[in-house]
Amino acid sequence: MTDGEGSTGLISTAEWHKRSVRWGIGGLQALLLAALVVGGLGPILWLAKGAITPTIDTITHPMGLFEHGTAWSNLKEAWSTVHVGLYFWNTVVIAFGSWASQLLVATTGGFALSVLQPRYAKVINALLLTTLFVPAVVLLVPLYIEIVHPPLIHHSLIDSYWAVWLPAGASAFNVVLVKRFFDNLPREIFEAARIDGAGPFRLFRSIVLPMSKPILGVVSIFAVLASWKDFLWPLLVLTNPNEQPLSVRLPSIQAQTSLGVFLAAMFIACLVPIAGFLVFQRSFLRGGGLGGALKG
Amino acid sequence: MTWVRGGGLTTLLFLLPLLFAFGAFSWYPIVRTVIMSLQHTNLVQPATWVGFKNFEQVWHDPLFPIAVKNTAYFAGLALLFGYPVPLVAAVLMSEVRKRRGIYSALAYLPVVIPPVVAVLLWKVFYDASSAGAFNTVLGWIHLGPYPWLQSQQWAMPSLVLESTWANAGATVIIYLAALTSVQTELYEAASVDGAGIVRKVWHITLPQLRGVLLVTMILQIIGTAQVFLEPYLFTSGGPANATLTVLLLIFNYAFGNSLGGDYGAATALSLMLAGFLAVFSLVYLRATRSWSTR
Repeated sequence: MTDGEGSTGLISTAEWHKRSVRWGIGGLQALLLAALVVGGLGPILWLAKGAITPTIDTITHPMGLFEHGTAWSNLKEAWSTVHVGLYFWNTVVIAFGSWASQLLVATTGGFALSVLQPRYAKVINALLLTTLFVPAVVLLVPLYIEIVHPPLIHHSLIDSYWAVWLPAGASAFNVVLVKRFFDNLPREIFEAARIDGAGPFRLFRSIVLPMSKPILGVVSIFAVLASWKDFLWPLLVLTNPNEQPLSVRLPSIQAQTSLGVFLAAMFIACLVPIAGFLVFQRSFLRGGGLGGALKG
Repeated sequence: MTWVRGGGLTTLLFLLPLLFAFGAFSWYPIVRTVIMSLQHTNLVQPATWVGFKNFEQVWHDPLFPIAVKNTAYFAGLALLFGYPVPLVAAVLMSEVRKRRGIYSALAYLPVVIPPVVAVLLWKVFYDASSAGAFNTVLGWIHLGPYPWLQSQQWAMPSLVLESTWANAGATVIIYLAALTSVQTELYEAASVDGAGIVRKVWHITLPQLRGVLLVTMILQIIGTAQVFLEPYLFTSGGPANATLTVLLLIFNYAFGNSLGGDYGAATALSLMLAGFLAVFSLVYLRATRSWSTR
């Protein structure tokens, strides 16, 4: 996504030199920018402002700006008194486990299906692609019952983080994305490695994985983000409030505390995704386009 | 490559995580859904086969037509609000000459906000009193106060508005990526032939994007048909069931009753939804095939 000098784009250089075009399109673009700032950034800035504004001011003058000073205590109260700190770490632990499980399944599975290619790879591929077309809701109830009464181990997994981590691994989207990337790696390198005596494990660890950093980065970012955003599944399988992630706790926090502290809690919940987005912007935006390309 | 193309133990070892994850948490539950929809199960007593009784029960539930109607209304409104906006934004953004990154970053920002935060924040904005955030702003130009979530008439559009805000950015990014692959020679040729910007958009940009446009439309319909978080957190399906959606009904069947879930009805309804979406997608793909691969 480079800022190409779009002389061959929709609007030609000749047209761009016309005053009416420059003012018309430029005006529309300025309008769009204003709309994006107000619409995209506005609510988040409001949340940031509300997080450090006394509750009474936010209630009486929601669009005012620090009329009676600030209340940084909201953040502190949210973090300790309302236990947002605890829920924050729960979210981190859940996200880390889900990330590890997704990466393990996607890399080993992608490697087996793309590089090792057993004869039955086609069958597994077809089964994977089928799951892409099954709406998630179909899985909800049987998955829940499987967690309550797991076969073989006969011990409920409710309130165990494994109940979130393990199902997270079953993401066909990740496997397809990683497999496609492996498909495009140069086969000559695999052949050379084989001649040098490398076995499949060596090939996987020392050649395929190091060459796949870009796609593993994209998968990691989306794995962590998806876990951070998840609500319904952790709500169902983590019933103990002390184990729940932030997103599951937020609706209850709203009922327990003042508006200012609640807004501070929500602001804290946004910090990691926003910071991650700002740091890895390129991967985010490219990954978004990737998703479209795959779906297309 | 002999060791590479085998079906040996090593290959199986590499496939183990995938087979376990998908076997246990995807393929098996899919089969299980079908079985459970034909059973009466409450996790306490052994399951009994009841044939299509669960489907009949859902079909005759007075809430069923309400949920279907509301879901269709949500999907329709979301298409109306949310479908044209990202396209127009992306076309304008693709012609930005300087600092295009700021535009896409701003557009994508709401997508990274956790959906629970987005919904609960907008719930604060939607405060129906005249001191609510939205009502304050509208009050500046002497509009409102509006009841937002508290009125049967406005609740659903309010949900759609938040959902559009939360999701439009992702579609913008898809369109921006697709726009980079539009063949620019066509623009030049059209310019030589004297076509203006609007005609170029209409006759070149849109036709070149039609594949992506068709896919994003069906994906949006499939996504909005499964809307859950907004009605669950904003309104719990109210007021007076005005925002009860199919997924909320499934959730209520399975988990809404503290005495034990009606898992048969829940799985039956989820299969009905999945079946409808499958048929709908097939018809959609057939109907648009000639147009998408010309």
